[in-house]
Amino acid sequence: MLIDLFPKTRENSRQIKSKTEQKDSPVSVACKKCGAQLSAAKYGKNLYVCPTCGAHGRLLARTRIRQIADRDSFHELFGSLQTADPLHFEGYAEKIDALREKTGMNDAVVTGTCRIGGMKTCIGVMDSHFMMASMGSVVGEKLTRLFEYAAEQALPVILFTCSGGARMQEGMFSLLQMAKVSGAVAKHSEAGGLYITVLTDPTTGGVTASFAMLGDIILAEPGATVGFAGRRVIEGTIGEKLPEEFQSAEFVLEHGFCDAIVPRSRMKQTLGDLLAMHGCKAKRGE
Amino acid sequence: MSMEQNMEKQLRVIHDAARPNIDDIVNEVFHDFIELHGDRLYGDDRAMLGGIARLNGTPVTVIGQRKGHTTAENIEANFGMAHPEGYRKALRLARQAEKFHRPVICFVDTAGAFCGVGAEERGQGEAIARNLYEFMGLRTPVVSIVTGEGGSGGALAIAVANEVYMMQNAIYSVISPRGCASILWKDASRELEAAEALQITARDLYRFGMIEGIISEGRSRTAYFRNIKSALTDSLKRLESMSGDALRQQRYDKFRKIGVFNDTNL
Repeated sequence: MLIDLFPKTRENSRQIKSKTEQKDSPVSVACKKCGAQLSAAKYGKNLYVCPTCGAHGRLLARTRIRQIADRDSFHELFGSLQTADPLHFEGYAEKIDALREKTGMNDAVVTGTCRIGGMKTCIGVMDSHFMMASMGSVVGEKLTRLFEYAAEQALPVILFTCSGGARMQEGMFSLLQMAKVSGAVAKHSEAGGLYITVLTDPTTGGVTASFAMLGDIILAEPGATVGFAGRRVIEGTIGEKLPEEFQSAEFVLEHGFCDAIVPRSRMKQTLGDLLAMHGCKAKRGE
Repeated sequence: MSMEQNMEKQLRVIHDAARPNIDDIVNEVFHDFIELHGDRLYGDDRAMLGGIARLNGTPVTVIGQRKGHTTAENIEANFGMAHPEGYRKALRLARQAEKFHRPVICFVDTAGAFCGVGAEERGQGEAIARNLYEFMGLRTPVVSIVTGEGGSGGALAIAVANEVYMMQNAIYSVISPRGCASILWKDASRELEAAEALQITARDLYRFGMIEGIISEGRSRTAYFRNIKSALTDSLKRLESMSGDALRQQRYDKFRKIGVFNDTNL
């Protein structure tokens, strides 16, 4: 699956003008799905959803948080964790440095707390612009700490997942993050905590095969690619082309592996309703 | 020998069709094996063997990927690559073991979870994820031995254990060296180089604190099985006195500490 996704990373990254925010740019952008020319300002106002075909564009983590969290309610947690290079893997340290510079992020997930409709929750947002949101030690550790913190504080956890899978440059350290995070999800669940997953484009590999599929409630964005194995790998195995809807959110819904597909325009409201129905109370301030 | 030559030899050894597979291990290390089939949801995956047997007289649950010695056996076992129903069978048997206070012993030997249309339709990702989650919480001892290939999530799905061992020639990796080489250098033939870079040998994992020990393969098949049996006997001796809660906690702590990162606040 990594084969499919890496070229797109570079393509997406070129469009990012700012380190922290997807800013409206004077240049028009083309919808990746239907090719429609969109004014960047209008595209941003439309939550980066193409008004022509409805394709949900990939978001920077901070843009996602701005769309979901009540204004100024986000507090980052564990932001001081930085990527190491445990295997001294060729080119890895340089790649990380370049991405830090380009994206302003330390690694591929942002974690913290926020309020949604006044209700406090833990939130984690993965960002495909950072090495296709592959999971290494930092992603695994931040998410584990987030679940442990949420269990302690009796808070729900909402994760927006996307990932090319485990990060090969950290070898077995990456693979075992799958077990570590899944263990923390279990601890949070045993403490009675609510965990909502939102599958966004693309959620694949080791992230699908761990915490992405473990939510009490699993939502997905329309059209998101969601799967375990890479499409090309499967096409190679069976020797034929797969239909376009294979491994789409709609495919996953049809086969019973997600609860609902929620368009971006209704995501915040839906999450708020779900939190409220699980006993979360709105508070002002803090 | 250079490191690459070592790796080449090692890969040859673990891919040798005559290398003991799980059927051989079940016959030589255990007694009275009774195979138990099916996941009770979809089907019976021949790539994943499961059942009950005796180890030194004590009942245990045995689970593991099956590779064949012949092409026909390999086709039947899908070359050791399980579908979701294989992982769900493993989980069913692990829960059954927990109910009857039997230790769970897993043997890992797979290139990875199967990548195919049916596997995706039936939730390969969900099946593996569920195993990680549920194995972490089992109130019974779990010991896993990687005997040949430990291929990524498909291997980990039966390796969330209190103690993990590797046979001396086994490898355990986040991605196949071939896959890594083709992504990194667009050249799958640089497999050995990738294998070196990924650090996937038993010695590497022991050095990283990810496994409890390396099992010597000895000079004969007899020694191979004897060494497995003795490692399992010692391991279960350590684990059998622990309570269900202590086993869960020990397993959590074992995986919790894995990861290398810097913290700018420290």
